[in-house]
Amino acid sequence: MSNLLDIENLWVKFPTRNGIFDAVRGVSFSLGKERLGIVGESGSGKSMTGRAILRLIRSPGMVTADKLDLEGVDLLGRSEKEMRGVRGKQISMIMQDPKFSLNPVMRVGQQISEAYRLHAKVSKSEAKRKSIEMLEAVAIRDPERVYNMYPHEVSGGMGQRIMIAMMLIPDPKIMIADEPTSALDVSVQMQVLEIMDKLVKDRGMGLIFISHDLNLVSSFCDRVLIMYAGRVVETLAADKLHEAQHPYTQGLLNSLPRLDAPKDRLQVLQRDPAWADEPSVSA
Amino acid sequence: MSEILIEDLNVWFGEYEERVDAVKGASLSVSKGGSFGLVGESGSGKSTILRAIMGLAPTWDGRMEVSGEPLGPKRSRTFYRKVQMVFQDPYASLHPRHSVDQVLSETLSLHGFKDIDTRITKLLDDVGLGPSFRFRYPHQLSGGQRQRVAIARALAPEPEVLLLDEPTSALDVSVQAEILNLLTDLRDEHSLTYLMVSHDLAVVGHICSDIAVMQLGEIVETLTIDDMRAMRTQHSYTKHLLESSLLGAKLA
Repeated sequence: MSNLLDIENLWVKFPTRNGIFDAVRGVSFSLGKERLGIVGESGSGKSMTGRAILRLIRSPGMVTADKLDLEGVDLLGRSEKEMRGVRGKQISMIMQDPKFSLNPVMRVGQQISEAYRLHAKVSKSEAKRKSIEMLEAVAIRDPERVYNMYPHEVSGGMGQRIMIAMMLIPDPKIMIADEPTSALDVSVQMQVLEIMDKLVKDRGMGLIFISHDLNLVSSFCDRVLIMYAGRVVETLAADKLHEAQHPYTQGLLNSLPRLDAPKDRLQVLQRDPAWADEPSVSA
Repeated sequence: MSEILIEDLNVWFGEYEERVDAVKGASLSVSKGGSFGLVGESGSGKSTILRAIMGLAPTWDGRMEVSGEPLGPKRSRTFYRKVQMVFQDPYASLHPRHSVDQVLSETLSLHGFKDIDTRITKLLDDVGLGPSFRFRYPHQLSGGQRQRVAIARALAPEPEVLLLDEPTSALDVSVQAEILNLLTDLRDEHSLTYLMVSHDLAVVGHICSDIAVMQLGEIVETLTIDDMRAMRTQHSYTKHLLESSLLGAKLA
């Protein structure tokens, strides 16, 4: 099977006053046409991994890897100009909060057609037609009206769906979703996820789903990587999450309050410093 | 008798054609030492009810009572001692240039306490922070530690009622467990009454014994946690909420 993405020994480092801080420490995984979840607490390096793939880490941050290949072709050696052809067109990323990721002084429709026109040579009217089609695909009612709205006029869930439309319109091969639903309500969350799931499946894309919500990831992805302190401590098939071996994963699962299994006290995660020093598991 | 009693509460913002009714005819009651949860999606008015009790929403009508004291447009000094609020975002609710010591001593002196020094040590101890945290600034604390400071600040005037506005939604699940345990411990120790807002049904289910489900400013259903767990709901919206939050839990 040919992989969409191959990563071996990825490191992300930031120089600080107290020496070099390693945000990601030797992460290896490969991605096919599947849904891969990355879970961890804040500061575990999950978002940094996503950003490193798109080479979005700015100097003085450093990214090194033995291998960072998109369909067998190296990404690290590419120039900024070549990277611009990759971002959006081949790998796109959905950020956490639509409020901060949409341009507040540009109509949402224009933003979507701009994303399309950057990667495809089409006329303005054709881009508009395609954008409205895309808005319809993300289950927005009355897409013609929404096309002419500004980001502050749409709700959070709608904003996130607009982001998804914008990211999918150049038809990328891989989508990285960085906590796409954590700014949304539970009831809207499922709706946005369903839309994302359907579109990813229909187009045969690879998805990297970054989240801190274990239950969400296990119900939505095929495979899960669990990150701790910049390393992958465990990798599991999503439906086998409850069979997790690593104490960190078990601790995370047990610290969740459960609707169906109430208990008086929640288990608190006991951190073992040795977890941070174990070698990273490759997936 | 009920510690918090709300009858037919309306809260609105703006006037004439710009008027938005945030809460419409809400009624609820929380018994002393009990815990009540308000759930619903954003914009359903659950936080507004807390703000109305606190006196942070000036335009309201209806009847509100806290431990037998009817609330008017002006609240007494004892009310502000008795009722305290913990806000959602620990990053935004602490003054960035006040140390933990300043935050707590200001609250204590405003409420006329004399033995401030010993009280601060006791408060920090209560929320599981050692004395070493006393002279730190918010940026030197993690999210969970900040929320502990915010809880210590709320506990400072020895309140009887705590209003909790999504106290753990900005925190990691592992830290959330610590804060939820802390809240249940404190409730037993100080015999507090909680009114809690959250969009996470599992969190509300852990802390509270009764919940009210809100939609578009109205309380559509009030039910006990046992009923909720057994899916004994009348209203379709409650069912929808429960289904979307149980979906993930079932798989784990």
